[in-house]
Amino acid sequence: MELRGAAIIVTGASRGLGAALAEGLGRAGARLVLISRDREALEAVVEKVRAQGGEAHPIVADVGARESASRVAGATGALVGPVEVVIHNAGTLGPVPLAPLADTSDEDFEQALATNLVGPFRLTRALVGSMALRGRGTVVLVSSDAATTPYPRWGAYGVSKAALEHLGRIWNTELSDTGIRFLIVDPGEMDTRMHREAVPEADPATLLPPEQAAARVVQLLREAP
Amino acid sequence: MKHALEDVPARVSKQPGRLLHVDPQRAMLTDRGMDALPELLRPGDLLVLNDAATLPASLVGTARGEPIEVRLAGEEPDGTWRAVVFGAGDWRTPTESRPPPPALAPGDSLRLGPGLHAQVTARSDVSTRLLWIRFAGSAERFWSALYLHGRPVQYAYEPSPLPLHRVQTAYASRPWASEMPSAGRPLTLELLGRLRARGVDLARLTHAAGLSSTGDPALDAALPLPERYEIPAATVRAVADTRRRGGRVVAVGTTVVRALEGAALSGGGDLGPGPGLTDLRITRGFEPRLVKGLLSGIHARDSSHFELLSAFLPGPLELLYTMHATAGRYRGHEFGDSTLVLG
Repeated sequence: MELRGAAIIVTGASRGLGAALAEGLGRAGARLVLISRDREALEAVVEKVRAQGGEAHPIVADVGARESASRVAGATGALVGPVEVVIHNAGTLGPVPLAPLADTSDEDFEQALATNLVGPFRLTRALVGSMALRGRGTVVLVSSDAATTPYPRWGAYGVSKAALEHLGRIWNTELSDTGIRFLIVDPGEMDTRMHREAVPEADPATLLPPEQAAARVVQLLREAP
Repeated sequence: MKHALEDVPARVSKQPGRLLHVDPQRAMLTDRGMDALPELLRPGDLLVLNDAATLPASLVGTARGEPIEVRLAGEEPDGTWRAVVFGAGDWRTPTESRPPPPALAPGDSLRLGPGLHAQVTARSDVSTRLLWIRFAGSAERFWSALYLHGRPVQYAYEPSPLPLHRVQTAYASRPWASEMPSAGRPLTLELLGRLRARGVDLARLTHAAGLSSTGDPALDAALPLPERYEIPAATVRAVADTRRRGGRVVAVGTTVVRALEGAALSGGGDLGPGPGLTDLRITRGFEPRLVKGLLSGIHARDSSHFELLSAFLPGPLELLYTMHATAGRYRGHEFGDSTLVLG
């Protein structure tokens, strides 16, 4: 697909893979709306994108909050027009150090599902009707191998990612004749703050820089029809 | 006498609504459900939808030290907003019973929430409630603040406030509409898929649906105000292809009729792509050039929507429609039942 001029939403864009995606897509000429709860960090990413000649607009929002989907969809439509790509990158592990399921509170489990699963469901639902009417659109779900491997202590996160992947498969089946594509991306273990918090003993030299993972996603989008 | 349709407001419901099918060719009225829509259209027909999303157009604040509510009624090309201003009170009071705002003049400031400060730039001659205002700050700060502090325009007949996601169509895109383009509300993605499977083509345009009432009789009489629209080139081609093969162009909502017929009129009869502004008022006797059918709500006789609907209801059908809808206790208002006029 042609990324120049494409209206793209990236959630969780204030750091890690989201920030790297914003920079990569900004350089490719996309018109970006970047979402994060962290205003200061988000505005720093926006400035970086703009400094490289890209277009980016910040929206401070918690993707897990009930009204965020209609807020983000509406403001994005006003700022950059009909959305062509949404990248559901925002994710939470819950409190660290990670705890076994038996020691996970209701609130922490529900928060992981709200951010990693229900938020992407609501935002996708707010966007796919317009995409279907235009006959094109791409929804990227950033997942993890925790979706398929039952790592101890990664319970809430793993469950949310497994459900997110299945959500993508069902969307894909239900909307198969609309021109909308659903891509599930597992970027692998990256050298990000999230990974350092989850696995503090990991050797950063063995981890993928998020910029490299972002470059692969940008390439994937470019190569898509 | 108060019209019965107004006495039967709908509550927000997930149940598929009823559909009153009016066939003007055969002068027949039939009670159906929205599920029947695909069989009432033919392969080769074209359904044109308004994909405008509904704005959080209602802002509460102060002006000249008094409480006000501002309802955004459309963005102008120069970035100012047309705004209808109410005095104290809230949506629970019908607009016609709301007090007027304090006298406002160009230069007055409106404080409408954190980050939402505006200044009056002009005042209408028609009504002191109609102003033009300009918001301070960048576009992204404005839109972020509007979506944080604005609420969709509410309806006094609803028991509780409607959240923004409940006033969007399934295919909403750019937020241009002051109130929901409600004719499209019953069209789920599943129903649109069934229409496609039937061979009915779908096309879209964006039309800035305006406010349905202002509380000022002089201003209400001037509704709908001029509204902007944008028609994609693909829709222009789809309309032409449909007419060439003998299919029928069916508008979803009065806004789509205004956009298509307004654009055709301004193009000397030819529909062209792109943005435009229409002040076309469609009333009884108007002969649509392009639109052969209309899917709309159930409208009371004293509304501007009914005036437009009557252009599709020749002769005695207008009266028959009202009698049938009233006797059948069809539900009016934004969340009510639907009418399909198509023969």
